[in-house]
Amino acid sequence: MSPAELQSKTAHPVLAIENLVTEIRSVRGLIRPVDGVSMSFPAGKIVGVVGESGSGKSMTAFSIMQLFPTSAARVAGGRVLLGETDLIGRSPEQMRAIRGSRIGMIFQDPTSFLNPVLTIGRQIEQQLEAHRWTGGPPAGDRGQSYANRVSELLTSVGLPRDVSTRYPHQLSGGQCQRVGIASALACDPDLIIADEPTTALDVTIQAQILRLMMRLQRERAVALMLITHDLGVVAEVCDYVYVMYAGRIVEEGDVRSLFAAPQHPYTRALMSGVLSLTGTGNIGFAVPGSVPDLAAPPSGCRFHPRCPHAMPRCSQEAPPLFDRPSGRSACWLHDEATP
Amino acid sequence: MPNRGDKTLGRFALGRLVNSIPLVLGVIVVNFLLVSFAPGDPVTALIGDFPAPPEYVERVREQFGLDQPVHERLVRYVVNVARGDLGFSFANRLPVLDLVLERLGRTLVLMIVTVTFATTVGVALGVMAARKPHSAADAAATGIALAGYSIPVFWLGQILVIVFAVWLGLFPAGGMRSVRVTYTGLAALLDRARHMVLPMFALSFRYIAITTRLTRSSLLEVMNSDYILAARARGISERRVLWEHGLRAAALPIITVIGYSFAFIVAGSALVETVFGWPGVGRLMYDSIFTRDYPVMLGILLVVSLSVIVVNLLTDIAYALFDPRVRY
Ligand SMILES: Nc1ncnc2c1ncn2[C@@H]1O[C@H](COP(=O)(O)OP(=O)(O)OP(=O)(O)O)[C@@H](O)[C@H]1O
Ligand code: SF4
Ligand SMILES: [Mg+2]
Repeated sequence: MSPAELQSKTAHPVLAIENLVTEIRSVRGLIRPVDGVSMSFPAGKIVGVVGESGSGKSMTAFSIMQLFPTSAARVAGGRVLLGETDLIGRSPEQMRAIRGSRIGMIFQDPTSFLNPVLTIGRQIEQQLEAHRWTGGPPAGDRGQSYANRVSELLTSVGLPRDVSTRYPHQLSGGQCQRVGIASALACDPDLIIADEPTTALDVTIQAQILRLMMRLQRERAVALMLITHDLGVVAEVCDYVYVMYAGRIVEEGDVRSLFAAPQHPYTRALMSGVLSLTGTGNIGFAVPGSVPDLAAPPSGCRFHPRCPHAMPRCSQEAPPLFDRPSGRSACWLHDEATP
Repeated sequence: MPNRGDKTLGRFALGRLVNSIPLVLGVIVVNFLLVSFAPGDPVTALIGDFPAPPEYVERVREQFGLDQPVHERLVRYVVNVARGDLGFSFANRLPVLDLVLERLGRTLVLMIVTVTFATTVGVALGVMAARKPHSAADAAATGIALAGYSIPVFWLGQILVIVFAVWLGLFPAGGMRSVRVTYTGLAALLDRARHMVLPMFALSFRYIAITTRLTRSSLLEVMNSDYILAARARGISERRVLWEHGLRAAALPIITVIGYSFAFIVAGSALVETVFGWPGVGRLMYDSIFTRDYPVMLGILLVVSLSVIVVNLLTDIAYALFDPRVRY
């Protein structure tokens, strides 16, 4: 792809979500793990999503796919725009046709996300069959071209071809994740969603897998949504980042400027954590206090019970996202009207 | 199943058979002692209730070697069994091995048909239930399973006879073929099939219940697993997710339970064969208990134990073929 082509492809987001709301019916009442979230994913860019455990990162990803690990969850509002078309309200069959072809997904624990009783080749071939994949050389019968495509994909992620006849338990975690990447790329998607793709792997393998993902993403100018706990990774590989807290975006921005000058007290608390753990950049989250209970979220700014700058207004009104030089931040401190 | 290195399936099977020799020996000895110390005297049973001269009783006792001490009889029995001689039936006047094998064939026919039918119905009901948990279909399947668990086979058999044979006259009440008419060819086959319907159904019911419950729970668990979610995220159709991903993985516990409950079916077949007059090994066991026909009882116990061992082995092999993670 020429630089000009790359440029034109990056102009528009391949996928954007607007005011997305997702609800889960739980024993403790209706909860909203995703509560009015808007994000945009431009082609060829890596967009990071960070936030403490339970902040709604995975639920946002599943909402884009409209595919949830629990039948109690459903998208309750907002739009998911793939190009010009809204995916919300599409039929199950239309959504099936998009999953695995226009949007690929890479999961956290690669070994548990592969069926133990089917060969690797079979699992990827099924995907090609499901989407009647027609890329590649036009000649030849389909079964043969599927097999060729599987070999091609495996080679592109650095696996020997004969992996296609093996079963998941015969591969290492890193190899399984390479298979996961191959499957996400199988039908040349517009967007790849990677939900903590390296968390379950050995530290030594993590960097390899991350580099591989980045290389393939750049080569194909595909948009990548990278969900991670690792701020170091965000700083290193992402172009843009969203910081989530309790089902909402609290801050977003261009990675370089946001890391240079974080605006939101929550983001700043996370960053100071980075500074205190010199070098590695890999921290669990160390903001004192804990994530609020989503069945009864705090009023106003959801961060106010833990915020060192909290004012009376903070517990009464939820702050909107204010424009900042680095991006946007949802905090009353940015409001001129705040005394 | 633990990792056994990289032997072939054949060697694994052979090893398992060799390992079961002590088990079989134990079975023989325990059965022999149990039967020897059981109350009742075969000679009295053989001669009948009318008074016989004591010399005659003594002669019969000697003739069958029953006057010798237990341990000597045990050793002789084990040696004979090792030579393939299971003894002679007092009551049937036939070698035990021939008798048991003939009857076993008939029982196996009934059991194979039963297991095939019950597995098909049970898996279908289980899938129906698991597809939409807590739906009407699920409630219906669960209800059928509950009935299967709670209705005694013996009672069910009698009800089936009363309703379908006596009242409705749809199926014969018992036996394996019509005795008054002699059919040939296809007609003979159909005649046997008609005779098999009621006993098969009686024997199937509990098995259907087990398979339904197991398929339902196993499939529900599998369908909640990460790799099913991942298959859906790849755009695999629901039909394929269910049959190719779901049921294939869910089949493992189903295979195990079907295989391992073989022994229970054998026990169930004794009851069913008695109710329906099916001339199988179960019916033979029932009769031989009444006539105190010890060699036959022992022969049946031995052959049934052996077949349970073989079926369990076949189960493990089937499991290994289904689950690529198993190494022998
Ligand atoms: N299966 C479920 N049933 C009920 N509630 C759930 C379920 N999964 C998630 N939730 C709710 O959704 C919220 C967001 O979960 P989500 O998995 O999106 O968090 P996350 O940001 O991905 O966290 P992590 O970093 O641990 O992966 C959780 O706090 C929880 O309340
Ligand atoms: S709005 Fe108030 S409570 Fe929320 S982050 Fe800003 S200062 Fe803190
Ligand atoms: Mg998550």
